[in-house]
Amino acid sequence: MPIILDKVSHVYGADTAMAVRALDSVSLVIPDGQFIGLIGHTGSGKSTLVQHLNGLMKATSGNIYFNGEDIDAEDFDKKRLRSKVGLVFQYPEHQLFETDVFSDVCFGPRNLGLSKKEIELRAYEALKLVGLEDDYFYQSPFDLSGGQKRRVAIAGVLAMKPEVLILDEPTAGLDPKGRDEILDQISRLKRETGITVLLVSHSMDDVAKYVDRIIVMNKGSVMYDDDPREVFRHYRELEEIGLAAPQVTYIMKDLREHGCDVSDEITSIGEAKEEIKRYFTKLVAARKGR
Amino acid sequence: MGIIKVRDLIYEYIRRDEEGNVEGITTAVDDVSLDIRQGDFVAILGHNGSGKSTLAKHLNAILYPTEGTVWVDGKDTRDDTAVWDIRQTAGMVFQNPDNQIIGQIVEEDVGFGPENMGVPTREIWERVEESLKAVGMYEFRKFSPNKLSGGQKQRVSIAGVIAMHPKCIVLDEPTAMLDPRGRKEVIRAVRALNDVERITVILITHYMEEVIYADKVYVMDKGRITLQGTPREVFSEVERLKELRLDVPQVTLLAHGLRREGFPMPKGVLTNQEFVEAIDRCVSALGS
Repeated sequence: MPIILDKVSHVYGADTAMAVRALDSVSLVIPDGQFIGLIGHTGSGKSTLVQHLNGLMKATSGNIYFNGEDIDAEDFDKKRLRSKVGLVFQYPEHQLFETDVFSDVCFGPRNLGLSKKEIELRAYEALKLVGLEDDYFYQSPFDLSGGQKRRVAIAGVLAMKPEVLILDEPTAGLDPKGRDEILDQISRLKRETGITVLLVSHSMDDVAKYVDRIIVMNKGSVMYDDDPREVFRHYRELEEIGLAAPQVTYIMKDLREHGCDVSDEITSIGEAKEEIKRYFTKLVAARKGR
Repeated sequence: MGIIKVRDLIYEYIRRDEEGNVEGITTAVDDVSLDIRQGDFVAILGHNGSGKSTLAKHLNAILYPTEGTVWVDGKDTRDDTAVWDIRQTAGMVFQNPDNQIIGQIVEEDVGFGPENMGVPTREIWERVEESLKAVGMYEFRKFSPNKLSGGQKQRVSIAGVIAMHPKCIVLDEPTAMLDPRGRKEVIRAVRALNDVERITVILITHYMEEVIYADKVYVMDKGRITLQGTPREVFSEVERLKELRLDVPQVTLLAHGLRREGFPMPKGVLTNQEFVEAIDRCVSALGS
């Protein structure tokens, strides 16, 4: 179910003196099964953009198509859209409210009018998908750790069986291992189910490690839309708009500037290690050749 | 005595269920002792739940020890008469930029602290000006905080704290909610406060790159200090930090990875420059 945005704009306070053009004629295609990173400085329009994708906010001009249908058409079922495009907000554990984990995850499917059996099956599968052990199912959500609470909140959205999963800063406030666990889980989920994932993040290192495609927002417009290697080549422009390249990219650039013939189009530690090894192998071969 | 002295600190709290019945006791800080000298830049690391924030809240008397003692500038935090002195000596900045600002205009918010301290009006304005300049936000003094970015708001919060002329600032994950530029701005401001104004800085963070300039690093686990030393010493323990659910700066991790594959890289590489120099030495070693 691809999503297409066609010249979408959103102006807050349109007819007032304080009108703000949060989205400025954005056109994008989100095909099935991609893992997309959405980055941008605070106020660049990322959150506004994602809230249009599940119909939570309405464009002030332009059109949005979900699987070919205009989501603002009279006969379009927005409720169906919300179950197909799942949005997990920042600090999603703030949404948890039930007395036990299992009930909380059942809440979404129950609102879809499904049978009790189907509801419980979905809740069970969703919790398994996020890797939460059975022991925790009947505990109060508030007794869990931050990372566990977060996974319960994500399960709540997965129980709706969305085809597109949007996560707004899913690692905010987690410790380093917690960050890795959540992102690995999401990555595995994507591999196993083929779901489309849109990850909004401030961590260039996280984004570089997991996504196929990066969309960079700046002042309401899309500035870059490409694979990570291409996007991070523009590290200077990214810095000007408040972002950066992954730390590893800067290390390789410094090496290159120092005179080492290594590629600087590197975005992960694994790649950097291999590239440096390759460089040394070439050096050794060159010396042997003399 | 240094600016902060902690001896045998234990902090416990009682866990209750929904009906208020006691379920158990959690020991958030379990026998911690440390000394911090005036002018130090100290970092406290630890996985979520390790007790680092709980420890930090003892340093400006938001929390009191269950057992043990905390002295701030020589004053026992349990001393009722010293609380306000302690809070002026050790200021605290929290994670969420939106939760700390109350003024309608930046300069009013920064002046709030000194005003409550009874500082004479003229001097309040002097302090507001110097604090905003120290964090690079003086040109925004007439702005409404709503118009500021996260990093700018955090810098205003820091200005609000330093307007009280503290000897020490405790920052609890101040950059967690900020974008890369915001993070850089805040850490630059904090380092300037330490380098130039000689304010003691105690930084709690999950961003390892922010820690490399600290004088001393403490790593907490289950309420105890499990590792301590200079950044180089602590970040040399890559495997141990991973076990503690933590991480090391990317450059340290890359050097470590190469070392494990046989490259003669030193332990605890902290900066890109050190890395480049180490690679240079590896290249020279090839010649021999």
